[in-house]
Amino acid sequence: MSQSKEREVVIRAKDLKKTYKDFVAVNGINFQVYRGESFGLLGPNGAGKSTTMKMISSVSQRSSGELEILGKEPNTQGPEIRAHLGVVPQKDLLDRELKVWENLMVYGRYFGLSRKWLKGKIEELLDFAQLQDKRNAKADDLSGGMQRRLAIARGLVNEPEILLLDEPTTGLDPQARHILWDRLFRLKEQGVTLVITTHYMDEAEQLCDRLIVMDKGEIMAEGSPAELIKKYSSKEVVEVRFGADRNESVAKELEGMGDRIEVLPDRILIYAEQGEPLLAKIIESGKNPITSLVRRSSLEDVFLRLTGRTLVD
Amino acid sequence: MITGMAVNAAVAIAEKRAQRAGSSVYAGRARVMIERAVYAAKSSNWLVIVSGFVEPVLYLMAFGYGIGQLIGNVTDGNGDPVTYAAFIAPALLATSAMNGAIYDATWNVFFKMHFGKVYQMVLSSSLGPLDVALGEIAWALLRGAAYSVGFMAIAAPLGLITSWWGVLAIPAATLIAFGFASFGMAVTSYMKSFQQMQWVSFALLPMFLFSGTFFPVSVYPEWIQAIVMALPLWQGVELIRAFTLGNISIALLGHIAYFVVMIAIGLVFTTKRLRELFMR
Amino acid sequence: MTDLRFAPGKVVDPKRAVKFGAWRVAEYRFYSMSKWMGAIFAFGLGNPILYLISVGLGIGALVDANTGGQGILGVSYLQFVAPALLASAAIQGVMDEVTFPTMDGFVWDKLFFAINATSVSARQIADGVMIVALGRGLFTCLLYLGVLLAFGAVPFSSVLGLIASSMLAAWGWAAVMLAITARLERDEGYFAIIGRFVIAPMFLFSGTFYPLEQMPIYLQPLGWLSPLWHATELGRNLSYGMEIEPSMFWTHIGYLALLGVIGMAFTYPKFAERLSR
Repeated sequence: MSQSKEREVVIRAKDLKKTYKDFVAVNGINFQVYRGESFGLLGPNGAGKSTTMKMISSVSQRSSGELEILGKEPNTQGPEIRAHLGVVPQKDLLDRELKVWENLMVYGRYFGLSRKWLKGKIEELLDFAQLQDKRNAKADDLSGGMQRRLAIARGLVNEPEILLLDEPTTGLDPQARHILWDRLFRLKEQGVTLVITTHYMDEAEQLCDRLIVMDKGEIMAEGSPAELIKKYSSKEVVEVRFGADRNESVAKELEGMGDRIEVLPDRILIYAEQGEPLLAKIIESGKNPITSLVRRSSLEDVFLRLTGRTLVD
Repeated sequence: MITGMAVNAAVAIAEKRAQRAGSSVYAGRARVMIERAVYAAKSSNWLVIVSGFVEPVLYLMAFGYGIGQLIGNVTDGNGDPVTYAAFIAPALLATSAMNGAIYDATWNVFFKMHFGKVYQMVLSSSLGPLDVALGEIAWALLRGAAYSVGFMAIAAPLGLITSWWGVLAIPAATLIAFGFASFGMAVTSYMKSFQQMQWVSFALLPMFLFSGTFFPVSVYPEWIQAIVMALPLWQGVELIRAFTLGNISIALLGHIAYFVVMIAIGLVFTTKRLRELFMR
Repeated sequence: MTDLRFAPGKVVDPKRAVKFGAWRVAEYRFYSMSKWMGAIFAFGLGNPILYLISVGLGIGALVDANTGGQGILGVSYLQFVAPALLASAAIQGVMDEVTFPTMDGFVWDKLFFAINATSVSARQIADGVMIVALGRGLFTCLLYLGVLLAFGAVPFSSVLGLIASSMLAAWGWAAVMLAITARLERDEGYFAIIGRFVIAPMFLFSGTFYPLEQMPIYLQPLGWLSPLWHATELGRNLSYGMEIEPSMFWTHIGYLALLGVIGMAFTYPKFAERLSR
């Protein structure tokens, strides 16, 4: 979209900070989300994604900085802002004692919507979430994928301007993930702004127009998936394995090849514009890798480069 | 070398056991369930576990002494007068044995079956359903016996145990607990929802109030007495009361037989049901 | 498949949405409750009948026989315990409805977090829980009164007064329990502890089954703290005219109201704090 006119900002964060006692969860971040786009928050566990999400959903008060959502101030106008937000929490937080359609009805009532209007809306939502067959099942008896779709349907019951999804596909099988992605695309077409946290890079590449990569409460990078790959990685990656005991020594001999070399315990990664010729060169030089692979560089490479490979928890 | 031999011996024993008739039901390792319970108890709130005998003591104080002042003496089974506190103390012991067993064998088991999924995991090991049933019940009984001792340690110095036969009240309370635990676990295994479980608790209230706990059943007409006497709590109250007041007679064997039958029925159904639920 | 018609941000009127949030929370709880109306009705009716027959009539027969038909302070034992049982039932009724849903809301299913993601505020959630608890308490209270009247345990003229005194005590106690439950981060046998060390003693040592003065003097302060004792004193005065000084009458009312006000004052900020973490 290359519209010349100024795009409307629906979320604006400036020096946004959140501290819990002496722990800094979010350390002065700046970003904007535009109407109708799909915006991603990426980062390892503990990066501050969920905290940021909670502040956006106007339930958690910021410690300092500025935050504006739909032109309103979340600290004082929380309920009014939430009237136009849809929230899909990481743990679905469904009412397990209630049936599927009852979950939707009850939730809609919290927004002060009339029963009559909700009845019609719920039919649409059940269609949308492919839950018509399960309308009278208890939420507790649904599969993980169905529960997540119900949680999304519930988040849409007030026809929100912004839908917040916290790791929407964690724990789902591939079929369920693709169905969900499809549904989220449709919502975008309807003009809903999506804000998504995820640590699945393929999901971020699929879903997000723009994203920020967070680590330790700070923003490490911002841009579209393609821009980030271009900036922080090269086009292709060559992965070669020489056996755990030889990788280190071989890597030294490969120095200078490609844009960048990374040695992992089990393999060597060589980042380059063109993978195939590089691999041929390695083999020609007589270093026979046990296995080799040339692939396109992905957001995952960017992510690991920016946030490191050590385990966080 | 030695460990190798030990492992071989253990495997041999396990194989032998596995070939025994009925090993799919009972592997002879119910005590593993108790070990598990001990680990779980360690990391749970100790106050809850230790204070299990507090409630009957409170009831004893309030009813025995408070209302006792208003009531004076009542007559026991032999027609001899006893203080009201001495009359209800054995009933409270029997009731707390029942309540403890019911809690452990019903609510606790219900949660483990439906939410914790503990049994599913246990039964996928070499343990059988009877191991689970016996292990869970044995744990309930261990706790119950400890609470009985705690209660007796308070009631005896107060002069409420008038006979040396009273010592037998502790094994009697354990027998009663065994009966309720095995029967309760069987009933629980058929329950599907929280609400059904609430009905089970509710059904226990009249038994608590009318089984000769707070006043002799002789106040009722004959036909109500007959119903009350058929209920397990009345049987238990009578058994313990006979011991603490020293009214020993051949009729006690009848009460004991009642609980033996109750235990057997409970175990048979629990085992059958656990098999159906988890080992299809 | 019908397509989702969508007008982002148009259907909800924020002005309307922020109003009456507490009643919407209550609406949902009542709706959940209506599913086991049968059980609530049966327990509500069964409890008083069973207690009246066993304690009121059974123990009552022993007491009345021992006191030569004099009863306690000139009334039958049944009349003596009736106001106490009524207040205790109201307290128990609200107790269940503030503790379990609050644990569910914050700890087990975390439903309050889902509710708070809508335009409903933390304070409205607390109020909603309280509304439902009082509704349940009132319902229990009415059933109990029906049974008491049928047994001739209280005069008809005292009904309104008894409802008021029992519900005041129920509200005071519910507010305190709500404030406490809202502070629990985990379950950890909390209900067993409260049951054993708070509820059972309160039930047994509040002058419920015998006059408080009959307890050793060092145990009597337990009763003074207990909302059940204050409600029972009020109830006995209202029901069969047990004499209490006017200053005590107002002290009882004042104490129960104070519990309620303090309880809610500690509840609101805790709800807000937990939901905004």
